Parts: sequence; C-alpha cells; structure tokens
Amino acid sequence: MSADPFDDLYRELILEHYKKPRNHGPIPTAPIHVEGVNPVCGDEIHIDMNVDEGIIKDIGFWGAGCSISQSSASMMTDRLKGRPASEAKDVMTEVRAMLIDGAPAGNDLGDLEALEGVAKLPVRVKCALLCWNVLDQGLTQAATTA
Amino acid sequence: MLDVARIREDFPILHQEVNGHPLVYLDNAATTQKPRQVINALVRYYETNNANIHRGIHTLAQRATEEYEDTRRKVARFIGAPNANDIVFTRNATEAINLVAHAWGDQNLVEGDEVVISIMEHHSNIVPWQLLAQRKGIRLRFAGLTPDGRLDMDCLRGLIGPKTRLVSLVHMSNVLGTINPVAEIAGMTHAAGALFLLDGAQSVPHLPFSVDETGADFLAFSSHKMLGPTGVGVLWGRDGLLQQMGPFLGGGDMIATVREEGSTWADVPHKFEAGTPNIADVIAFGAAIDYLESLTMPAVREHEIALTSLAMDRLEAIPGLTIHGPRDPLARGGVVSFEVDRVHPHDMATIADSHGVAIRAGHHCAQLLMRHLGVPATSRASFSVYNEPGEIDALVEAIEHAKQVFA
Repeated sequence: MSADPFDDLYRELILEHYKKPRNHGPIPTAPIHVEGVNPVCGDEIHIDMNVDEGIIKDIGFWGAGCSISQSSASMMTDRLKGRPASEAKDVMTEVRAMLIDGAPAGNDLGDLEALEGVAKLPVRVKCALLCWNVLDQGLTQAATTA
Repeated sequence: MLDVARIREDFPILHQEVNGHPLVYLDNAATTQKPRQVINALVRYYETNNANIHRGIHTLAQRATEEYEDTRRKVARFIGAPNANDIVFTRNATEAINLVAHAWGDQNLVEGDEVVISIMEHHSNIVPWQLLAQRKGIRLRFAGLTPDGRLDMDCLRGLIGPKTRLVSLVHMSNVLGTINPVAEIAGMTHAAGALFLLDGAQSVPHLPFSVDETGADFLAFSSHKMLGPTGVGVLWGRDGLLQQMGPFLGGGDMIATVREEGSTWADVPHKFEAGTPNIADVIAFGAAIDYLESLTMPAVREHEIALTSLAMDRLEAIPGLTIHGPRDPLARGGVVSFEVDRVHPHDMATIADSHGVAIRAGHHCAQLLMRHLGVPATSRASFSVYNEPGEIDALVEAIEHAKQVFA
C-alpha cells in the first residue's frame, strides 16, 4: 500500500468495477429484493437475489452513487454468486472488519481486497459498507423464508 | 476592493497544508472560517467577563449582559432593523424557522390554511412546515423553478391566494446561488394578506442587506455562515409580530412572573430566549459583524461577484462540466454547483481534498431540488471574503485530475 491514502482509494481494480460493474441490473424472477440508501449522501443500492438450499444461486445489484459504493457492490456480487449463504456471512464479517476496524484483508476476499485502502478515509467507509448492509437484510430474509 | 492578502492574515486556519497542499477552503456556504478578532472575542469573554446574564447584580454579570445586548443592537443595525428588541437569538437559522412554525403557526393557522414554499428550499425551510401540516392540517404548496434555476414567478403567483397565510422562501439558494426577487414576492404575499418569511442564511452574510427593502415579515439567518461562531442563529420579526406570538420554549429568563396557577411572559425578545443562551458565541458574533462592517458589504459583494464570474468562466471551459443555476453572476451569489461527466460528486470531493481543496458534495440538504435537477448530488464550491483567484486554479487542477482518474 502506498503512503498516500488517495492512491489506495482509487486503485485500478476499483475503477474497473465501477466502469464495468459485474452482475448489474435487476433479476425479475428473484424472490428476494432488498434496498438501502445512505441518507447522508443519497447513495442507493438495490439487490435482487435467489437463495436456494443455502446457496446464492443468483445475485444482481443496481443503484446510484460514487465509485466506492458501486464498485464495492460489484465486487461483492462477483465474490458471492454461486457461493453458500454461510460463506457470504463470513465474507461480510471480514469486509466489515477490514473497513471499520482496519483489519488486514484475508486471502479469501478476492477483488474485495482492493477496498482495504478505504479504511484510511473514514468519510468514505460508509460508501463501501452500504451494499453489505443491504446484503445483510437479504441474507436475513433468505434465512427466515427458507 | 477587498485587500484579500491582508484579510487572509486575520484567519489563522487558512495558513496550513492539507494533504501536502496549501488549504483552499471553498465550502463557505456550509460554514465560514473565523477571523482572529472573533476567536479573540471568545477568549476575552471567558477570561475577563464570563457570567450569567440579565439577572446578575455583580459587575461581571453586568458586563456580560451589556456585551450580549450590544450584539443584538449590532445585528439590528446590520440588517437595517429599526428595533433591536425584534431580534431573537436562537441556536441556528433552523431553530429560528421552527420557532415561527410553532409560536406563530400553531397559534394562527387552522386546517385548510396554506403555506407556500419552493422546491429550492433547504430542508430547514421544508421540514418545519411539514411537521406543522401534520399538527394543524394545513396544506403545504411548492413553487417550481425555471429551467435555468430561477424561481418560477408565474407558478408562485398561481399558488398565492386567499388561503395562503405564509410564504416562506430562501433569499439565496445554497445550491444554485440564485438570488430571488424578494421585494416582488413580498408584494404578492402582502396583497394576499399573508406573511412573508425570508430564509437569509446565505444572503445576509454576502449581500448589502436591508430588511425593509426585502419586505420580509420574518427573517432567519445564522452567525456561523458569516464569520461568527456556530451555535447562534437570529430570528427577526416585523414590529409587533413577535409581541403577538406566544412562547416557543418555556423556562428561566422568558417569564415575567411564575405562580402555581400559571405564569406570565417576559417581553420580547426575552420571551423567546428561555434558559441561559449561548452568551460567549453571541458576543463573538458581534465581533464578526464588526469585521464584516469594516470590510463594507458592497465591497464583499463586489469581491464575490468577481470570484464567481471567474470560477464560472474557468469551470465552463472544462469539457464535460455542467454548472447548475443562472448564468448571470449578478443574479446569483458566490455558490457554484457543478457536475463532471463520469465523476460522482463524492469522488470529485475526495480527489479535490487530495489537492487540499475543500468543496462540498452531496444533496446539500436540498433533496427536492436534487430531484428537480435530476441528479442524486452535486459538487459545490462557495466563496467568502478570504478567497482569491489562485484558489480557483487549484480547483480547476483538481477537476482535471478527477477527469483523468475516471476517464
């Protein structure tokens, strides 16, 4: 990581996910729809997901917001699609620890590791967290409707 | 002409580096920095005169009371109000508007009455009326805007009618910079038999201001946007209006007598200043007014028109950049909201910060206006007396950098 927190924030991987988001757009057949806004800045994330027998079969997101909020969501869906919901919870815990407490990123985060630098700019942490808070709701819904 | 180099010497905070660059503070519509004279007034008060005001007999209480009341007279003079007792100190402009909504609105409005505002209002001039609508069943009506970000006067004229009891509008938009034709609006409002509340939070600090010329019946603004401390707002009411209103908050200092069967109220302004007020900051606010008066408000306005013109010219020359609000610098204040293609305002503000440039990004507490503009947020640069042309170069450089990052 560079000494300049701004270099770490706008890393190539983050910009790439922002410009070409993965799993972008609604999934009309998905049984779960969750959404969240950040009232401070107006950022918005919607997630559609289909959790079947404990596996996130499909997940899509859309919304409006800064590069950090949108790339975080893109990386999240990329990392979790096709994975067990239990694993999603573990990744969520790990990402939150990385963003909120500045804990080092583990090897299992994939592209999400690129968000590590966000922790150094406290005002932008909430941008990166938004999609995870929305996912949290989605996983809770999946668990109660299963 | 302002001597900006000399003015900058009065602002200790400006002489620092942020993220390796000289600080360029362009978030003045949110809050301004404070000159040494204001900071010294706070220190001097706490070191020499600190006491509770109005009821004390001892010398310090007298001194504190005199200085506190002295600021009330300065505020009255600054806005051209004939009577200092029509000046009420609140916590901020928001509280001043809430005071009117409660003390005047609850007492005078009934179901079916209408309050007219506009979609360019700050949330502080929307939400208190929505709450009043819930309490009293009044109807809240919203005037729209023209495509270039001015108040749609035909729309406003159509909304003001026999049911209108209050028109409450911003003088200068904190997003678009638009200066509204308040004297004309006051005329329309009074012709309908309604009262006119003016939100002067952005205008009083930056324009030569005379409350009489605006035609307002109530005026709300705050100290911290005009070089003074946070925690002090002002409500002014036209002669007699405040006297007719019942209290807002109850407690010490706002009573004449207290008996078991009930109490009677002190005269204005004390009726509306329950409890120990923000004495130190009110006194330091007086120093801020002295400072602005020493610069003279026409010179402040001239300086900010020049900076705004320059900023608009420089920003408009950047491909992919859009400025919101009127084109004419004379029709707007020193507030420039803009968007850059492919760069979200939060990213713009973070990259500007990496250059030491403090700008604001977000909805600026004006979500109705954001919806009208069709954007979730904007970036905003806003100017004050200590800003100089070279700082606009720094802003332009930061914008060019952001464009590269998101190219």
